[in-house]
Amino acid sequence: MKDSDKLKFVGQWQRWLSPTGNTGDAVFRAAMFAVALLLLLIVAAMIVALASHSRLSIREFGFGFLTGREWNPIKGQFGALAFIYGTIVSSLIALLISVPLSLGIAIFLVEQAPYYVSRPITFLVELLAAIPSVVYGLWGIFVLAPFLRVHVEPNLAHWFGWLPLFQGPITGIGLLTGGVILAIMVTPIISAVVRDVLAAVPNTQREAALALGATKWETTRVVLVNGAPGIAGAVILGLGRAIGETMAVTMVIGNRPEISLSLFQPSYTLASVIANEFTEATADIYLSALIELGLILFLVTFVVNAIARLLVWRVTRRTSGVGMAA
Amino acid sequence: MISFFAGTDRTRRATSGLMTTLTALCTVVAVGILLIILSYIAMRGIGALNLRFLVDTPRPVGEGGGIGNAIVGSAVLLLLSCVVGIPLGISTGVYLSEFGGGAFATTVRFLIDTLTGIPSIVTGVFVYAVIVLPMNHFSALAGGIALALIMIPIVARTTEEMIRLVPHSLREGALALGAPQWRVTLGVVIPAAASGIATGAMLAIARVSGETAPLLFTAFGSRFFPRNLNEPIASLTVQIYNYAISPYDEWHAQAWAATLVLMTLILGINIIVRFLTRKRF
Repeated sequence: MKDSDKLKFVGQWQRWLSPTGNTGDAVFRAAMFAVALLLLLIVAAMIVALASHSRLSIREFGFGFLTGREWNPIKGQFGALAFIYGTIVSSLIALLISVPLSLGIAIFLVEQAPYYVSRPITFLVELLAAIPSVVYGLWGIFVLAPFLRVHVEPNLAHWFGWLPLFQGPITGIGLLTGGVILAIMVTPIISAVVRDVLAAVPNTQREAALALGATKWETTRVVLVNGAPGIAGAVILGLGRAIGETMAVTMVIGNRPEISLSLFQPSYTLASVIANEFTEATADIYLSALIELGLILFLVTFVVNAIARLLVWRVTRRTSGVGMAA
Repeated sequence: MISFFAGTDRTRRATSGLMTTLTALCTVVAVGILLIILSYIAMRGIGALNLRFLVDTPRPVGEGGGIGNAIVGSAVLLLLSCVVGIPLGISTGVYLSEFGGGAFATTVRFLIDTLTGIPSIVTGVFVYAVIVLPMNHFSALAGGIALALIMIPIVARTTEEMIRLVPHSLREGALALGAPQWRVTLGVVIPAAASGIATGAMLAIARVSGETAPLLFTAFGSRFFPRNLNEPIASLTVQIYNYAISPYDEWHAQAWAATLVLMTLILGINIIVRFLTRKRF
């Protein structure tokens, strides 16, 4: 077949697929496009599959599913409020601890430490992110939970016992432990993104501040202001991660669908109830309710991540654009 | 801007020094936690570890038993996920880097970034709904696909980034010699980025080898060596989970030993990748 015949054969599509007029180009581009399209379809399929399988539960409970406090598989009564509460509180504890910590780490590594210190340390902090969730859970059960039970929770109860947050029996298994293990897990993620954001702030900003006689810390503050949207994005990204974390939380949070103000009490999260009860769900409505929890988790993390990405892109894209133009 | 320079010279210098110390302290805390976790795994894991443990199948409490089937199972699952996930991930990455200018590509890129943040347990629920339910049983196949879905976005993004690092002159040289676009991409650009793409794939493997949540109700678990892909299959991570939440001390010890094996694999990959990428930056 001659080239001109091929051109006729592929016809109109050719021009759209490949301005160069080469059949191989058209085929190659179409194939790569198909794969990218497949990815879009997978996301769409996720939404459709989760929604259609939670139909039964959505029809039965409607919006009351989100506000129902009772989760009783035996009576066939399903409400997600306890899980939503547990997810939000454990994630907030995680952020409360990990945001200052990871900001400190990122600032130290990008702004303060010399290169020969920051390079190996960066690798070590990244290794924290490489440890699997189930390993954190194992460590949480046998090391962290006993440590909190013996050394931390009694002190919290002693000094801050007047707050309802720190009252009740101390077991080491509960919201606080879940939050702390989450904090350790999201710290490397937040600090990695903040590091990228700080590194993307143009050096001219630092030089200008230094030239005005700023100290190291004052320069850092100028850089922080420049990277603020990206830092916000990093924090939200960490939140998304904390909301969806499953194994480690399931292993230390106690898995009881109750709403209690005390952080010492067992609780339950959206992700951990799915992990824990999915294979036990024999009734259709039970399974459907669990899949609806999955749908909620999907939608929430999708929105949270989308917001975070847009914020991070705002800083890193803007500055890389400047770099390209220069 | 004035607020940034408040105070006398001495207080400003003191503040600066104090903040450097505080940020260094944060870093020490994080690295300290890492070392504590790793040393616990090493100390507790080494006790129950022996050759028999590595090749035996699980046994009832008091009779020993091992994780041989879980090691093989994890290997099968990883292989499956690589076969599905790596080609799809690389193709998507190539699409994004070679034809990634338009609105569609931006959408895909955004979806990929967002997909990496979707909890892996949700991926498990999805695979359960579209594969396990229609087939009516748990299977290694379902587990492998769940892991592949987690792998694709990671591989796609690193592939895109690595291809972007290939110098334009290489591309232009090939085009100037008359090569069509697709041959330039397949024959020149991808080989030039191959080592970077490979390290990205290895990192993705390290990431999914630690995944547990998506396997709980897709691959499920098994007490036997795998025979075919249509059956439930054991994995290291699910085994660790089941043993960790059991009430038996012997199984706890085995969970630590299995963790030591898993962490050796994951840290090994991470350190190798680190070593390979040293020259480039």
